[in-house]
Amino acid sequence: MTREMTHDGPDADHRLDGMAQGVLGRGEPRPEGALKVTGRAVYTGDQQAPGMVHGALVRATITRGRVTTLNSATVLEMPGVLAVIDDPRLVRFSGQGATTKPPKADAAGVVYHGQPIALVVAETLEQARHAALRLTVDYAEEPGAVTGPEDPAAEVELPQKKQSETGAPDAALEAADTVIDRIYRTASMSSAPMEPHASLAEWQGGKLVLHSTLQMLASAQGQVAAALGIEPEDIRILAPHVGGGFGSKLGISPETVAAAIAAQQMRRPVSVVCTRPQSMETTSRRSETLQRIQMGADDEGRLTMIGHEALVSNLPGQKFSEPVQQATHFTYEAAHRRVVHRVARVHRLVAASVRAPGEAVGATAFECAMDELADKLGLCPVALRLRNIPKVEPGTGRPFSSHKLAEALTEGARRFGWEHRHASPRARREGEWWIGMGMSSLVRVNTVMEAKARVSLSLDGTALVETDMTDIGTGSYAILSQIAAEMLGLPMGSVETVLGDTDLPASSGSGGSFGAASTGSAVYLACLELRSRLAEAMGCPEPELTLKDGHAIHDNRKVPLSTLMGGAAMQAEGHLIPGEAEDKARQATWGAAFAEVGVNAITGEIRVRRMLGTFAIGRVLNAQTARSQALGGMIWGIGMALTEELVHDARDGHIVNRDLAEYHVPVNADVPALEVHFLEERDDWAPMQAKGIGELGICGAGAAIVNAVHNACGVRVRSLPMTVDKVLAGLVEAEADQG
Amino acid sequence: MHVTLTINDTKHSLDLDPRTTLLDAIRSHAGLTGTKKGCDHGQCGACTVMVNGRRINSCLSLAVMHDGDAVTTIEGLGTPEALSPLQAAFLETDGFQCGYCTPGQICSATAMLEEIRAGWPSHVSETLDGPALPTEAEIAERMSGNLCRCSAYPNIVAAIRLAAAEREDAA
Ligand code: FES
Ligand code: FES
Repeated sequence: MTREMTHDGPDADHRLDGMAQGVLGRGEPRPEGALKVTGRAVYTGDQQAPGMVHGALVRATITRGRVTTLNSATVLEMPGVLAVIDDPRLVRFSGQGATTKPPKADAAGVVYHGQPIALVVAETLEQARHAALRLTVDYAEEPGAVTGPEDPAAEVELPQKKQSETGAPDAALEAADTVIDRIYRTASMSSAPMEPHASLAEWQGGKLVLHSTLQMLASAQGQVAAALGIEPEDIRILAPHVGGGFGSKLGISPETVAAAIAAQQMRRPVSVVCTRPQSMETTSRRSETLQRIQMGADDEGRLTMIGHEALVSNLPGQKFSEPVQQATHFTYEAAHRRVVHRVARVHRLVAASVRAPGEAVGATAFECAMDELADKLGLCPVALRLRNIPKVEPGTGRPFSSHKLAEALTEGARRFGWEHRHASPRARREGEWWIGMGMSSLVRVNTVMEAKARVSLSLDGTALVETDMTDIGTGSYAILSQIAAEMLGLPMGSVETVLGDTDLPASSGSGGSFGAASTGSAVYLACLELRSRLAEAMGCPEPELTLKDGHAIHDNRKVPLSTLMGGAAMQAEGHLIPGEAEDKARQATWGAAFAEVGVNAITGEIRVRRMLGTFAIGRVLNAQTARSQALGGMIWGIGMALTEELVHDARDGHIVNRDLAEYHVPVNADVPALEVHFLEERDDWAPMQAKGIGELGICGAGAAIVNAVHNACGVRVRSLPMTVDKVLAGLVEAEADQG
Repeated sequence: MHVTLTINDTKHSLDLDPRTTLLDAIRSHAGLTGTKKGCDHGQCGACTVMVNGRRINSCLSLAVMHDGDAVTTIEGLGTPEALSPLQAAFLETDGFQCGYCTPGQICSATAMLEEIRAGWPSHVSETLDGPALPTEAEIAERMSGNLCRCSAYPNIVAAIRLAAAEREDAA
C-alpha cells in the first residue's frame, strides 16, 4: 500500500508533535557513525571487485578544438595497459542535478582546457596513471576561444525569464535621499568534497551495476541510461556512503560514463577514481559573478529602489546560470525594482550548482551593499534590515509561509553582544590588530522534491526504512530513522535505515536543502499508513493511537505491536508529490550571521575571532546534525569571504589551482568558536513543518565577515575572496586618508 | 618489489610495483580501505596513518620505503564494538559529517596528543620548551593538516579536547 500526499497547502495539524516516543528533534548520534569513525564505512573508491582493472582519464591540453589522433600505440605497449578508450559516448563534464538529461557527449570535441578526452585502462592503478600521462594527442585547434566573462569579445545572453522590472527604478533612484551603486565580484569556486569523484562499473548479464559518488541516484540513473543508450531499468546504482558532494555530485561525471563503457568493452569491472586535480577540473564549478547593486533609500532608511544586475558565465549552450538574484526578489521591500541577469559564454569548466547556488553569492554581495547603505545613513545595520522586511512577497503579493528574519536578527544581535559594536570603523585596537564586528541576514529559498520511501515493520518489533536517498554527511541515516522511530513508537535502536541503492524506492536525493524534508516526508507518510492499519487493529481512529516503546496504547489498553500485527509483518510506501503549495506561498529559510574579526594593521591578515548564527528552518529533525550543517555553511562563508578562488589562466581558461594546496578551503586554524542557535518554528507550509538547513549558513555569512573587516579597519573590499593583498592596499589608502 | 609491512600488528608480505605509495599498499594490497585518499599529494591529511608511532601522510611515501615498518591505521585503533577514546569522542560530538576525512583526523589526533604529551611545541605555543597543553588553539593549529570540507572543525576540536580530558582524568 502506498500513502500519497500532494503538497498543495498548509497543514496545521503538526502530527509529529503529538507522537509519544520523543526521539525526533533530539541530537541522536548518527547510526552509521561507528562505521565512519572506525574506517568501516565503505565508500565508492574503497570498492573492490574480483578481476577489477583501473582506468585513468586523459585531459585535453587545448581550450577549443577537436582531437584528431590519440597516439595510443605507444601506451598500449606499456606493461599492463589494456585499452585506450575514446568512445563517442564519453561525456565532457558533469551533469546538472535533478534532471535525467545527461551531460554533453562527444569528448573528442574539446570545449575547455582540461576536459577529459579518453580513458586509459590498465591492470593496475600505477600502470593506468602512468600511461594516461604518457599518451600524446593531436588536435585541430580552434583559436580565439573566449575564456573570460568580462572579455569584450564574450558573447552575452540575457535569458528572458531572469530579467524583471517593477515600477520606475531609474526615477526612484534619482529621487532617493541616499543612494548606493556598487560593483561586487565573487570568484569562481569549487565544491571540492574530500572524496574525489569515483565510479566502479561492472556488467552482470546485460545489466550495469555502478558504484558511484552521487547525491541523487534516481536522476543519475536516467542520465547514465541516456548517456549509454540503455534502459534505466538495466542500471543499478549504489552509493551507501558519499564523502561529501556540495553540488558537484548531483549529476553524473565523466568518470561515471567512462567506467561503464570500459567495463563493457573489457568485460571486467573497471574502477575510475579521479585524481584530485581531475575531481576539480572535469566535474563542475560555481560561476564567478560580477554584481552591480543599486539601492535608493529615504531619510528613514526605507528602501525605495533595489537594483541587482549580475554577470555570470557558463559554456556555450548550457542552460544553467548561477541564480544570483533568487532571493533578491523577496528579501527586502522596495516599490521600484530591477533585476538584470547576463550570462557570458566562456570556455571554462561547466558551471553548475555548488552549495546554495544563487544566494551563496547573491545574498552575500547584497548584504555587503546593505552594510554600505547603513553606513551612509548612519544607521545600525540590524535596524536597517528590520526596517525593510516585507509583509508579503514583493511583486507577487504572495504570503510568506513563515517569516522569521526579524526574530533571527534581534535574537542574534542579543546573543552576540551586538550592542558592544562601535558604529564607526577603526575604533577598537588591540596591539597590532583592529577589531570589528559585522552582520548579515541569511536567506535561502526552500523547496521539496518528489520522494518515495518504504517502511517495514517486523514481528520482532523492529522497523526497516528503505529508499535510494543518499547520506552525503547530511545526516539522512539519523533523521530518517528518527522519523520512523517517532511515528511508530520505537526506540532508535529498533529502526534500521538502508540507503543509496536504486533498487529501493526513488527519493529526492540530496541537494538544494530539500533532502531531509522531502524524503523524510515520504518516510512519514509510509509510517502514517502503517499507523492507520495498526489503529484499525486496535479499533480506534488513527489520530487517537499512541505508539510508544513497541506498544500501542489507547483507552487504558496497552498492546504489544506484534500482537496487533496479527502474526504478519507489515509494509507500506510513502510518496510525497510537490503540489501547488510552492505557488501559493513564498517559502524560505531565514537567519542572521554575526562575526567579529581582527585585521592586522601591518600585514592585512584577517582572523575571524568568533561567529554566531541564528537559524529558522521550521522543525529541527536532529539538533546535532542540523547544528553541524549550520556550522558547515557558516564555515563555507569564511572560505568564500577570505580564501576560496579557482584561478583561471587568462590565456586558456584552465584552472591553475586545481588541488587542495592551492585552492584554499578553510582549515581548522581558520575557524574560531562558532555559535549556532535555532529559532523554535513550525512552518505549516512545509510537510512535517520542516525545512532545509544544508545551505542557509552560506547564504550571507561571508558578508558578515566582509562587513566586520570594514568595521574593524575601515577597508571595504568588494572583490571576494578578501585576500591580504586587497586588504593591505585598502589599509595603505586609509592611512593616507587619515594623513 | 617485495615489501614486508606490519599493519595493525599483522604482518603483510606484499609484492609491489615500486611506484606504489604506502597509501595504495594499505588500501589496495592489504585491503584496509579505512584510510582514505583525498588528494594523493600530501595536501589534505585524509591518508594519515601512524608509522612507528608517528603520523604521516601515507600518500607521500612509497611503500618500498617502509620495509619492516609498523603501521597503525584507523582499523587498528578500534572497532565499532570497541571504539578508541577518540573514536568515541568523535561520535559523541558529531566530529564529522560525511566521514571521509574522519579516519585521517582520528589517526592524526591520536598521534598529535602524544606529541603534545611529549612537549613538542607548535606555531602557537607560548614557549619552545613546554609544557604543551591541548588547548583549542593548539589543537586547531596542530590539526590544520587535516582538511574537512564538511567543516566539522569546531566539533573535531571538541572531540579531541574531550578525549584529552578523559585521559587526564584517568591518569
Ligand atoms: S591523500 Fe594524502 S594528504 Fe591527501
Ligand atoms: S566529515 Fe566530510 S570531509 Fe570531514
